[in-house]
Order: sequence, then structure tokens, then C-alpha cells
Amino acid sequence: MDKIFRVNMTDLTTKIEAVPAAWAGLGGRALTSTIVAAEVPPTCHALSAQNLLCFAPGLLTGTAAANSGRLSAGAKSPLTGGIKESNAGGTAAQMLAKLGIKALIIEGAPKSGTWYNLSVGINGVTINEEKELLGVGNFAVIDAVEKRLGKKTGVLTIGIAGELKMTAANISVKDPDSKIRSHGRGGLGAVMGSKQIKFISIDGEGAKPVTIADPEKFKTAARAFSKALLDHPVSGEGLPTYGTNVLVNILNEAGGLPTRNFTTGQFEGHDKISGETMHDTIAARGGKVKHGCHAGCIIQCSQVYNDKDGKYVTSGFEYETIWGLGADCCIDNLDDIAKADNLMDDIGIDSIETAVMFGVAMEAGILNWGDSKEMLRLLTEEIGKGTALGRILGGGAGSVGRTYGVTRVPVVKNQGIPAYDPRSVKGIGITYATSTMGADHTSGYTIATNILNVGGYVDPLKKDGQVELSRNLQIATAAVDSTGMCIFVAFPALDIPECLPALIDMINARFGIALTGDDVTNLGKHVLKLERKFNQEAGLTNVHDRLPDFFKNEPVAPHNAVWDFTDAEIDEFWNF
Amino acid sequence: MLITLKLFATFRNGRFKVAEQELPEGTDVRAVVLSLGLTEEEIGIVMLNGRHGELDSKLSDHDTLSLFPLVGGG
Ligand code: SF4
Repeated sequence: MDKIFRVNMTDLTTKIEAVPAAWAGLGGRALTSTIVAAEVPPTCHALSAQNLLCFAPGLLTGTAAANSGRLSAGAKSPLTGGIKESNAGGTAAQMLAKLGIKALIIEGAPKSGTWYNLSVGINGVTINEEKELLGVGNFAVIDAVEKRLGKKTGVLTIGIAGELKMTAANISVKDPDSKIRSHGRGGLGAVMGSKQIKFISIDGEGAKPVTIADPEKFKTAARAFSKALLDHPVSGEGLPTYGTNVLVNILNEAGGLPTRNFTTGQFEGHDKISGETMHDTIAARGGKVKHGCHAGCIIQCSQVYNDKDGKYVTSGFEYETIWGLGADCCIDNLDDIAKADNLMDDIGIDSIETAVMFGVAMEAGILNWGDSKEMLRLLTEEIGKGTALGRILGGGAGSVGRTYGVTRVPVVKNQGIPAYDPRSVKGIGITYATSTMGADHTSGYTIATNILNVGGYVDPLKKDGQVELSRNLQIATAAVDSTGMCIFVAFPALDIPECLPALIDMINARFGIALTGDDVTNLGKHVLKLERKFNQEAGLTNVHDRLPDFFKNEPVAPHNAVWDFTDAEIDEFWNF
Repeated sequence: MLITLKLFATFRNGRFKVAEQELPEGTDVRAVVLSLGLTEEEIGIVMLNGRHGELDSKLSDHDTLSLFPLVGGG
């Protein structure tokens, strides 16, 4: 039977609890958001003892289902002031699921200045004092934990940014190569830092395969599901070949590639940072063009990027990071962007928030446009050392905008707007405005239908159909985020009719239940409404479901598009 | 008429990134696609002057036509 592992950092106790009946059918985001909504006072300070941090594998995590090994982390976000779920790959999710841990909940905060690590194993959690690894970067933490506890140990860790409670701090998850994937957005690393936990180790000893109620049915469904993933041109060929960075050239052609802190929609240096160039560079230097963030990923959008001498620089090198430090900061040097990606992993800071922040910092005059060397110095010497300036930068785009009096600050609910200009790709603007997470492209990825012709086509430059598109995708995403699936399964799910039923069949076969497509949609709706209610009680209302004014007032080239939705049109989103 | 033709991702293999092409008036996107040895099914996204186009879209002088296979990210 699955259990809830609960840790109280105030009195330094741990316990194992039975799963409450109401949580039994939940996993991933549905579970973390339910826990946060049930146990966190919405108005609390996100870095206080009243907040909690929880982790939950998805409903299918630990099974043989392809791409099902994602871990959800949840808390009240110190960045947005609202609820947060952030999911990531790595090895932790499958280990937790196979240990029968439905959720790990960490509540309270130490009364003294002592720091700790947690060891999670089949018999429960122990809280240990930690001295040696304080102030140490994430890669060295993973190394040290492997030396202490063995190569196979799972690790969740925070870098200096999390220790210093910077609101852009993330939580790093060890991947199968002992490198890093991240619970990136929303400052969850600061929440872990506020509980004075440097890292969490997971011992897989005694882990068992998860039980499947109907193994035959599961096998058939899992096969159909994998086939759909491999048959679809995006998940079967595009993502493994070019990674997500293939989008640089597409968004540039579409005029939706935010450039120079969102002042124009095309970047002169696009070719140098494009997915095509990156693919050729990786291949020429003996890196890996495709790579999975967890065992069982058959799409493999990740990659290993080497330097000129064939030495590892970074992996999981995503479009949003490359766009942000590239086009948005006018940097056309992919090697320097790769170095920054690695530094951000080591410091433990969200690469999207930080990239958007640098665009604002350049506008503020903290560094010059395109100055990648100074960008690297600011990461290492200021953020990485926790200087006063570093802490301002580590607070994200909103923090820098407020401190330096910049008015063009691309954030919603104080979270940086990623990679797609909402004036020229209007569906994603609705997602940015309404998402319970703050500006988050993954929560309702309308780019699929606005730009990529996946799931039909809705003209990105017109208002028609965008609210409905974003709503449907946000509902579906909330459900998918609860299964432990990587969101890229949405590409085949939108186009191949057998894909979604196979996913639902796997859930049914795993638990011996009979969910229908409607049940899954209702789960998605329920999750969104629960998160929205938490946000409203935390003081984030429809007034916060808005894009910054400059999107309305400054037309963006080449289409001279403006953000032209009325407040009432945006609020229609919640009409379900 | 003269158009600028841009190719992306796998379409570049054995072809080119960008080229100027002199075409007869009234040529549509489909004719260009076929002239490249590509099939209609291989085409994921057609962009004509930065807006989505169709295989049937007629080209005009000084147009920029961009062709992508079905790819994606996020
Ligand atoms: S497709 Fe990419 S993000 Fe998704 S599971 Fe695989 S490597 Fe991770």
C-alpha cells in the first residue's frame, strides 16, 4: 500500500501515514495542489514555517508506461504568491513510486540556524544535520552524496540560490547521468532553503515494481501509447533530432521571437543559436543529439552539449533558455549560453526566470546588450556569491524591474514571460494571463495549434478561438501533469486518436478502475479550480490575470501586433 | 517573379538554407514543394511573409516562403 511520508522541520520529527481516501486517486500535480490547498494558509508568507513543500510522482510513474517518470513539486510560491506545481524528470520520481511513497510532505521550519539533509528510504525519512555541503554547488552536492551513499542514490538538491532564498531558486533533480534536471519555476528552491534542507537523498533499497491491477490490459495500452509517441512526427522525429530549440527559427519566421527585452519579434542572430546549428555543433563535437531526462523516455528531447574540445558543458539545453539569453538579450554565442545554462544548474536558479531577468537587467543598464561575458560574470560573481546585487538579480525579472525602475518588465503574477510574444501569438497570451502558475507556457501550450499546426490551426494573430484553445489545453495539461507524463505526449495526443484512450487505459489497468475521457477532463477542471481558489484566497484575483501594459501600448514588429484582449474577454477563460 | 525560399530542419539536408528563385507568375506553394523533391505529406508548416500559408497559396513577387517539416518543442 502506498504511504504518505511526512517530515516536520519545526520539531524535527517524521512519520508515515496512510493515504487519505480523498487522495487515493490523485498523483502528480493533482496531489501536490490538493495538499497545498488543504494544508497551507493561502495568505501565509511563502518562506515561513506555515508553508510546506511536497513532492509526488504521477499516477503512472514507476510503471513501464513511456515518458511517465516526472516528479511534481508543490508549495505556495515565493515568486508569484500563489500556488505552484513544477514538474521535472530525473531519477527521483520512479524511485519514490517504487518505494510506495505517494507523496513526501515537508512542513514547518527549524527554529535554530542549523541546516539538514533528509534521507528517504523504504522505512521512512531521517533528518540529519548537514555542515559539509553548505554553500556548495549542485553538481558537487550530487558527487558528494554519491560518494557518501552510493552511485544509485536519488538526489534532490538546492544550490546557493536556494540557500539564500532567492525567489528564482529552483530544486535540482539528479538525472540518470548524475547531471541535473530542475523543478525550475516559481522559486521552490527558496522554499526548500527556508526549511533549511540542503538536499534530500533517496535510497532505492527494497523498492518493488508498482502493482498493476490488470497487467495484460496495461501491456496492450502501453504498446499503443508508445506507438503513438513514435509515430507522430514531432515526438517521433522532430524532438529527438533538434530538441526544443528547433523553435528559434520557427518563432523567428513567425515574428513571435521576443527580442531585446520584448521590443521586437525577430532576432538578427537567430541562425547562430538555432536548433539546426545546435544539432550540427553537437554532432561535430561528439556530444549527444538525443538523450532522455529519465529512464523510459522514448522521445528524448534532451541532449548533451560539448565544448570545442569535446568536453561536457551542459545537457537539457532548452529552447526557452536559449531564446532568453539569446534573442531576448541579443547574445548570438551559443557556447556562452551553454556555459550559462550549466552555471544556472550549479547555482540552482531557474533558467527561464534568469534569462528574462537578464533582458530586464540589460534594459536597466546593469550590463550591455549582447554582453555574454558580463552575463557569465554576474552569474558567477554576483548571484553565485550572493552579493547584494546578486540577490536582486536572483529575485528574477520583477525584482530587477522594481529595483531599477524599468517599466517594460515581462511578467505575469511576478513570473517571467517565456519565449513566445503574446502580441503575435495570442493564444499563449491567454495562457500567460490566466494560468494559476503565473506566466507559464507549459500550462497551456497553444504554440502547438497557433504555430505548429498540431491539433488543428488557430491563427496566432487573431483573437478568435484563443480563449477556448487555451482553456482546453490548460484543462488537459492539468490532467496530464497528474499522470507523471512528460507534457510532450500532448503532441501525439492532439493528433493521433488512439493516444489519449491508451493513456486512460493505462491508468485504468494500473488501478483497476474505469475512468472515461470525461472523468479525466473533469480532473483537469477540478485541479484548475482548486488552484484558482487558493490563489484568490491568497489575494491573486482576476485583476492579476493580466499582461503588463506595454503589450497593449507597444506594437511589436514585424506584424505591428498589440495585445488587444479586453479584461472581460480574458475573464471568459474561467467560464467552465 | 523573384521569391526568397527558406528551408528548415531536415529539409536542408542535401538542399540549402536560403535561395532566391525566379518563378513564373501564379506559381503556388505546392509547385515549389514538389520542385524540391518533397511531398505534400512532409510539409508541416508553410510560412508566407511570416504568416501561415497553404499549399494552394499563390506566390507574388518578392515573397518570402519558409518551409518546415512537422516539428515542435516547448
Ligand atoms: S521528451 Fe524531453 S522532457 Fe520529456 S521526458 Fe523525454 S527528455 Fe524529458
